[in-house]
Amino acid sequence: MFLDINNLSVRIENKNILNSLNLKINKGEVHAIMGPNGSGKSTLANVLAGKEDYEILNGKVNFKDNDLLELNIEERAQEGMFLAFQYPVEIPGVNITPFLHSAINSKKKRMNEEEIDNLSFAKLLKSKANELGISIDMLKRSVNTGFSGGEKKRYEILQMSILNPDLAILDETDSGLDIDALKIVTDGVNRLKTEDNSFLIITHYQKLLDYIKPDYVHVMVNGSIVKSGGAEVAAEIEKDGFQKFQ
Amino acid sequence: MNSETLNALDTYSKNKYKYGFVTDIETDKPKKGLNEDIIKYISSKKNEPKWMLDWRLNSFAKWNKMKEPEWANLDFPKIDYQNIYYYSAPKNFEKKPKDLSEVDPKLIETYNKLGIPLEEQKVLAGVAVDVVFDSVSVATTYKGELEKLGIIFCSIGEAIQKHPDLVKKYLGSVIPPGDHSFSALNSAVFTDGSFVYIPEGVKCPMELSTYFRINAENTGQFERTLIIADKGSYVSYLEGCTAPKRDDNQLHAANVELIALEDAEIKYSTVQNWYPGDENGKGGIYNFVTKRGLCAGKNSKISWTQVETGSAITWKYPSCILKGDNSIGEFYSVAITNNFQQADTGTKMTHIGKNTKSKIISKGISLGKSQNTYRGEVSFLRKADKARNYTQCDSLLVGNQCGAHTVPYIDSKNNTAVIEHEASTSKINEDQLYYCRQRGLSHEEAVSLIVNGFCKQVLQELPMEFAVEAQKLVSISLEGSVG
Repeated sequence: MFLDINNLSVRIENKNILNSLNLKINKGEVHAIMGPNGSGKSTLANVLAGKEDYEILNGKVNFKDNDLLELNIEERAQEGMFLAFQYPVEIPGVNITPFLHSAINSKKKRMNEEEIDNLSFAKLLKSKANELGISIDMLKRSVNTGFSGGEKKRYEILQMSILNPDLAILDETDSGLDIDALKIVTDGVNRLKTEDNSFLIITHYQKLLDYIKPDYVHVMVNGSIVKSGGAEVAAEIEKDGFQKFQ
Repeated sequence: MNSETLNALDTYSKNKYKYGFVTDIETDKPKKGLNEDIIKYISSKKNEPKWMLDWRLNSFAKWNKMKEPEWANLDFPKIDYQNIYYYSAPKNFEKKPKDLSEVDPKLIETYNKLGIPLEEQKVLAGVAVDVVFDSVSVATTYKGELEKLGIIFCSIGEAIQKHPDLVKKYLGSVIPPGDHSFSALNSAVFTDGSFVYIPEGVKCPMELSTYFRINAENTGQFERTLIIADKGSYVSYLEGCTAPKRDDNQLHAANVELIALEDAEIKYSTVQNWYPGDENGKGGIYNFVTKRGLCAGKNSKISWTQVETGSAITWKYPSCILKGDNSIGEFYSVAITNNFQQADTGTKMTHIGKNTKSKIISKGISLGKSQNTYRGEVSFLRKADKARNYTQCDSLLVGNQCGAHTVPYIDSKNNTAVIEHEASTSKINEDQLYYCRQRGLSHEEAVSLIVNGFCKQVLQELPMEFAVEAQKLVSISLEGSVG
């Protein structure tokens, strides 16, 4: 099993957000989680990434034969977990090139692989940026600083394609994107998709799933998965909304 | 700041000051204390002419009547001026060594350890260095090469002997001995420091640099630096400083004077890394420094860049007097305080000439239980038509027991003056740390990256040879910080 979430319950400030949640993802699968606002979707993403504000009440999470909850944020990232943020934060004065270069090398270090040198990295970054229609000019700017919503999301996908994660979690990556930006972002995801990696796509709307075809769709309400199925589940939600699941 | 951040910061080793070793070397020292005899002793040790001794004694008379400035946001016990050595030199150092073969190997070893090799072939290419150990200049590199261009780069002691006319004309012309008590003190007992003269029309082809080291115990260092850029010339100068770890506080009261004549430009950079004291606030250097530049001629420019990471107390306001029309003054500052350090630093820009411009970029970073104050004064005199100032002060707080303060004064007697002021105070952002760590960077790397990003505007003003060093120093200064 690649990712196995077993009976996970999570609380923040005395409020239960996830309630006995179960989810299994195999290598090479694309899963989508849909749910109304406040159902706990983003919490799930942050708990998996290791954000520290949450209290784990119960449950186990296994990721690539690791007890995930025992790892800190950077160890999870180095193990191949990537979270594309809903609201990527600005980091003024920090250029994307050294930032991502350190990131990729910290991962290689953990995997006991040879670190990548400056020149090879610059080449890699440039070619990936090209694929995503990101200008060289944008690479000179500070991380997310002064970017439009669409630019930030594209930047997230650029980082994802450089770090080449085993499990990528996309937290409402479609929010705030117009149709052209959505196409660029989803093209990037589809290009990255292989037999060996998996995706967990969190979204409020069905539109994103027109571009990225999920193998499984889950409906999340009040911190639990209440229904799982194929693409037909998304169509059902599109037609009737979340009402009938609540 | 949440508990894991705190723990990660806590696990940094507490005391990472790399330069805290002591060189075991015999020294020549007079008795402790400050009086006319000591001043005469210093002057005779340096074989000075009578006019110099008279100048010192005059300054001492002024100091005797003065009180220390008290307006800074600093808290420290009264300095006992009679409990300090005012002169310390390696034994038998009456004459500066002619070349390295005459220098005590222990001294060469000291500078090797500090990463400042004195052999020219090992020195950073394109950087000439003057090294000052306690009260004396030990060596100056690349002198011959600079002399061919008419550039004078030597210790101030040597300049008093060899270039008395220039020294008499300019010494004390920007910082009069009676300006305040620390300038009077320095003028009375200054020992060594650097002297630079760039002749008309010459662009100095290399970075000039002085490295100050305090070694002896209970000894004050009072260096005096004088830089004159004649018409149309250019020079970039950098100073660095370190001192051993000691439990007692030590006094460092330097005076630096810059004079830029018509169309001349001086770029002065400081990387200050005096011993800051331990994590309980014991020991460390009291750094009371007066730095002032005079843009005397039209279209002249003086630019100060400082990275202040060391010292228990920093009291320092590198300033510009913009006298020549169209002259430009700049001040770029990064001040990092950790543990119990206190810094009260900033600048004064005095606009006298027409169309004068000044720019102030200050970045203060406070950690631990430290206090960090920016203090600045921008004034426009009556004739300063169409003068402009831009000021930006940003403070970053790491943890919740430190303080950041901003005290800007503005005084305008000319209604065509334009003043812009921007200020911000922020805490290191958990979301930024989370973001960096989610990409695989460790906690330490993330903090260092974010702080370096915060300082970038200033660090990029440093000469390239030192920018990388300064970045590393910023990272080291963040270690041992507990929120």
